[in-house]
Amino acid sequence: MAGTNTGYGMDLLRFATAGSVDDGKSTLIGRLLLDSKSIFEDQLEAVEATSEAKGYDYTDLALLTDGLRSEREQGITIDVAYRYFATPNRKFIIADTPGHVQYTRNMVTGASTADLGLVLVDARQGLTEQSRRHAVILSLLRVPHLVLAVNKMDLVDYDEVVYEKIYAEFTQFATKLNVPDLEVIPISALQGDNVVTRSENMAWYSGPTLMHHLEHVHVASDRDLIDARFPVQYVIRPKSDEFHDYRGYAGQIAGGVLKPGDEVVVLPSGMTSKIAKIDHFDTEIPEAFPPMSVTIHLEDDVDVSRGDMIARVKNAPSPSQDIDAMICWMTTKPLQPRQKLAIKHTTRTGRALVKDIQYRLDVNTLHRDQATNELGVNEIGRVTLRTTVPLLCDPYSKNRTTGSFILIDEATGVTVGAGMING
Amino acid sequence: MAQTHSDYRLSQLDQLEAESIHIFREVAAEFEKPVLMFSGGKDSIVMMRLAEKAFYPAKIPFPVLQVDTGFDFPEVLATRDNWVDRLGVRLIVASVEQAIKDGIVVDDGKTSRNRLQIGTLLNAIEENGFTAAFGGGRRDEEKARAKERVYSHRDEFGQWDPKNQRPELWSLYNGRLHEGEHMRIFPISNWTELDIWDYIGREGIEIPSIYFSHQRRVFQRDGMLLTESEHNPLRDGEVAEERTVRFRTVGDLTLTGCVESTAGTIPEIIEEVAVARVTERGATRGDDRFSEAAMEDRKKEGYF
Repeated sequence: MAGTNTGYGMDLLRFATAGSVDDGKSTLIGRLLLDSKSIFEDQLEAVEATSEAKGYDYTDLALLTDGLRSEREQGITIDVAYRYFATPNRKFIIADTPGHVQYTRNMVTGASTADLGLVLVDARQGLTEQSRRHAVILSLLRVPHLVLAVNKMDLVDYDEVVYEKIYAEFTQFATKLNVPDLEVIPISALQGDNVVTRSENMAWYSGPTLMHHLEHVHVASDRDLIDARFPVQYVIRPKSDEFHDYRGYAGQIAGGVLKPGDEVVVLPSGMTSKIAKIDHFDTEIPEAFPPMSVTIHLEDDVDVSRGDMIARVKNAPSPSQDIDAMICWMTTKPLQPRQKLAIKHTTRTGRALVKDIQYRLDVNTLHRDQATNELGVNEIGRVTLRTTVPLLCDPYSKNRTTGSFILIDEATGVTVGAGMING
Repeated sequence: MAQTHSDYRLSQLDQLEAESIHIFREVAAEFEKPVLMFSGGKDSIVMMRLAEKAFYPAKIPFPVLQVDTGFDFPEVLATRDNWVDRLGVRLIVASVEQAIKDGIVVDDGKTSRNRLQIGTLLNAIEENGFTAAFGGGRRDEEKARAKERVYSHRDEFGQWDPKNQRPELWSLYNGRLHEGEHMRIFPISNWTELDIWDYIGREGIEIPSIYFSHQRRVFQRDGMLLTESEHNPLRDGEVAEERTVRFRTVGDLTLTGCVESTAGTIPEIIEEVAVARVTERGATRGDDRFSEAAMEDRKKEGYF
């Protein structure tokens, strides 16, 4: 609630946090909310009262974020929680994910929409298997920016040597990953050092505070503005006298920039046409780009329906029924060859048959276990699928919207897998 | 929506709008019988606006459902009717009063109308066979809501199980249901109170007049300023007096408190919200104050 800058000119950063309860993650988030004045008096008073009742020496900021009673009783965090705060320049959406090993699926979920991943480590512990796993998952999910926050520096006397050692170890590990942008920041969430205000205890550190970095990291270039992709979501036909011939294709731009006059192809049919106009509500607009939700009109009366994709004639995905993907498996019944599942990719739904599990990835060591013939819950592996309908897909490394899919158990209706297409 | 974007960046409000419109269209495409739950409050009005934009120039392809507690502010019902008329949507009113008469819910004299809304709502969803119900819940409102999904699965009893939610990845929503189940859909999950006001201001849309500063006879109860009304008899020692107030939330008038305020325009309200030091619910919603886990409990029962 800091400042009164309204949302017109602000942009948005979504970030996912990873770390365990012991790393002080909830305290850090509490600190970000508190120091950006996103915490209200009634929330703070409740937390102060609870801390006092429990006999703590200080206000436990973690209580601000641990939402469900069952969690409060067990002192753990389950599932993904979303939190919000804003500074005068930017609005932030935090996907707060639990760090325990059995919650890989939640981390994948939180990371799937993140622009930035924040991994916490305890300065006393240094890098753990868990911190490596978090970094691996964030890189698999192609989260473009990564921050390693070395927390609890107050407990190691703000010693630069401790920070340097973790820094060196992590940057060496990160060379094996896809991490285009990395920042390593020494902090104390409890004391507030380098979270929002610069630490007087760590004059040796010259980099940005965590909040400064979050506010200024450049995310606008992370989208693909070259390859035009428009999955058709819904066909608008008013069937009223006034709009008798109106036929608009509604959806959200997944990549590239589309303009009236552009020559386009409709997939999978391969029919070509030109964009007649692009509507945004009651206004015709000169161009559309991600993540705008618009309505596109074509010059020719070609047959277009939900699940089709509009792309450029010379730059379109090739429809494919054989899919090679990394899959994070999310349910207790393991994934096995010959299994049949429902698949949802962009606005297309079909069925998929598991042809082969090529290997299971050990997210702690990056080792590929090729002897495996199944994927258990919270495991990630490379899988080949055959689909009943052609998917209009790109490699996930190129486009996170057209390169991702979910797998659904047809009997229970539950989402059981998250897929990222290789290429 | 600006006309040109030299750098192809959308403001955060435009991003939120695009995301919400995407959700409305996805539900309309995948569910047989959606319905929009309309309380008449600012959040459900923003939902109406987003739905209007999602399907324009066609009409919104689903009806609107309001649960009438019998204790609603007349100003709110007036705004509801204006929106329904302008958009030409079908309005279904599920009355708590009627549900009590029909024995669907039990009025024991101790339970607030707000709580009786739960049974009334679930019954209306079941009777009409709705498979998806849009609600105006926002994840910033309260700690228990921070874990809510955009597609929130409800079993045949309308219950929410926080430990048994479907993972929600990218913007790929899973709308599969079994017989008797339904989905609650929260298209404005990622909006904050300030975003809602910014959007109402930007769009110039009608909201109930009680959100703006006005004169009203009010009295103090449980640290809240409540409206003097026949539904709200004064108790011993309570005195009603004329004050200059506005409401930060609207609901059952016997429970919804107002705040002293002279904010008479959207920019003045935004100013007030931006510097507010108490959450909207903490300030003015008696029904959320009963216990730290009040909201969590009501969600599990099938509350909005």
